[in-house]
Amino acid sequence: MSTGSSLSVRGLSKSFGAPQLALSSVDLDIRPGEMVALIGASGSGKSTLLRHISGFVAADAGSGEVKVGERTMQSGGRIARDIRHLRTEVGFVFQQFNLVGRLSVMTNVLAGLLTRVPAWRSLVMRFTREEKAEAWRALKSVGIENLAWQRASTLSGGQQQRVAIARALVQRARIILADEPIASLDPESARNVMEILARINREQGITVLVSLHQVQFARRYCVRTVALRLGEVVYDGPSEALDAKLLRNLYGAAVEEMLDGTETIDAVMNDPVVAEGLRPAAASA
Amino acid sequence: MTQAATIPPGALSPPGGPRRTLAQAFGWAVFALVLLWAWKGADMRPLDLWKDSGNMKVFLAEFFPPDFREWKSYLREMIVTVHIAVWGTVLAIVCAVPCGLLSSSNIVPWWVYQPVRRVMDACRAINEMVFAMLFIVAVGLGPFAGVLALWIHTTGTLAKLFSEAVEAIDPRPVEGVRATGSSAIEEIVYGVIPQVMPLWISYSLYRFESNVRSASVVGMVGAGGIGVILYEVIRGFEYAQTCAVMLIIITFVSSIDLISARVRKLFI
Ligand SMILES: Nc1ncnc2c1ncn2[C@@H]1O[C@H](COP(=O)(O)OP(=O)(O)OP(=O)(O)O)[C@@H](O)[C@H]1O
Ligand SMILES: [Mg+2]
Repeated sequence: MSTGSSLSVRGLSKSFGAPQLALSSVDLDIRPGEMVALIGASGSGKSTLLRHISGFVAADAGSGEVKVGERTMQSGGRIARDIRHLRTEVGFVFQQFNLVGRLSVMTNVLAGLLTRVPAWRSLVMRFTREEKAEAWRALKSVGIENLAWQRASTLSGGQQQRVAIARALVQRARIILADEPIASLDPESARNVMEILARINREQGITVLVSLHQVQFARRYCVRTVALRLGEVVYDGPSEALDAKLLRNLYGAAVEEMLDGTETIDAVMNDPVVAEGLRPAAASA
Repeated sequence: MTQAATIPPGALSPPGGPRRTLAQAFGWAVFALVLLWAWKGADMRPLDLWKDSGNMKVFLAEFFPPDFREWKSYLREMIVTVHIAVWGTVLAIVCAVPCGLLSSSNIVPWWVYQPVRRVMDACRAINEMVFAMLFIVAVGLGPFAGVLALWIHTTGTLAKLFSEAVEAIDPRPVEGVRATGSSAIEEIVYGVIPQVMPLWISYSLYRFESNVRSASVVGMVGAGGIGVILYEVIRGFEYAQTCAVMLIIITFVSSIDLISARVRKLFI
């Protein structure tokens, strides 16, 4: 079993021109193999933080450092020169899946191993039998190998998200950043995708940092939760301790948005399913 | 709905609403002035059409019946015209792919796309006929000059159409490919090209259609194909033959339009 990467974020700040910082001196340490939830109301900076870790965005000049394992993704507001190469280690799962709809599921997954394929083959989309077999195994592990030759655009949201996870697996990512991977999914698919992420984390030791809009999923699948508010880390600790009172303290009225919208926070906290979900998470800690 | 009822009607019109109509009136006035001015410049004499209608009838009568005695050479030259269009278009597509990508603001920085766009503008701004005349000086009379002329002009047009398609893509799949650690070129091959492919094919076929039309015209300045014959028969006042040549051009161009329109539908 391979081990996941650690993640270290130091003093990361980002302003998009507005006076309010999108990220304000964020510190975050994640040990190899952890599965951590990142929660926060809309606009609290979840996506911004994840996109900094992956080196899509540079922090404010002179601010902060992001390290994945031993590799520095960015520091002092400068993205690493060889960022494209460094990203191989970091899988990214998006809310909108970000697959190429007109390509087959198989090709979308094979895109994950482009860095290991010589350019003359990758540019004409030619892959060896072994490479295809690896993509197939990844699809099998997320349960959709029967869809391998369909166009990605013909799949349901939940299936597309599983293709995206398969792509990260083929990429041999040591850490997976998932930005609200279940926000566009129905409850059934949402659970399914979270189960898959949890299983990958458990079985392959891949570190997972998943941003979630809804607190109950954090409580159910992640031992540890980091909470953001207006770009600041306002809580970093056991998900179990995130009870209604603490959440209200952290977010005030905005807390209702972070639940389902239909449910009140007390109803969620008393939900037997949530309580049940907490047990295995706590056991595996 | 219920909320709208409580809002006073005046509050619903956006600020600057009435001024818009004033600007519109001004716009129409300018348009009318331009039309008037152009009437003089273009020497418009609609009455002459009616006055000289007798001449026109005689002139038109000379076109019929069309004279198809030389049909073999017409057909041969028409096929040469299509050949000119094929090569002019294919070379243009090959060049328009990189040039189109290099003039897309979401692919390259401004100091790349701005100069490339200006060069493409220049290629597009000058008519094929002008390029044809220039290339005849360079490579001599004949179809090759026509190919070169179509190639340059079509590269300019297709590069613009291609880059417009590229600028309209969904950036999310591209970011998805980028996240795997791929190179910039792989990002384009896997994230951009699949998205624009149907449009690119459709635009290319469309340009091929119009290049068959243009190729019949560039011949008139000596760049090969049916245009050369057309020019000769018009100059020789052989109107019955002119009519035959025109009928052949119409038949070819419309059937190629029809076929290509069918093929284009397959890609959209
Ligand atoms: N490219 C950008 N340009 C300007 N402002 C931005 C940009 N990206 C994010 N922001 C701002 O940064 C702040 C944090 O946004 P971010 O998208 O990270 O929040 P989030 O927690 O992911 O919210 P959501 O739950 O809605 O996805 C917001 O105020 C947002 O307006
Ligand atoms: Mg977000």
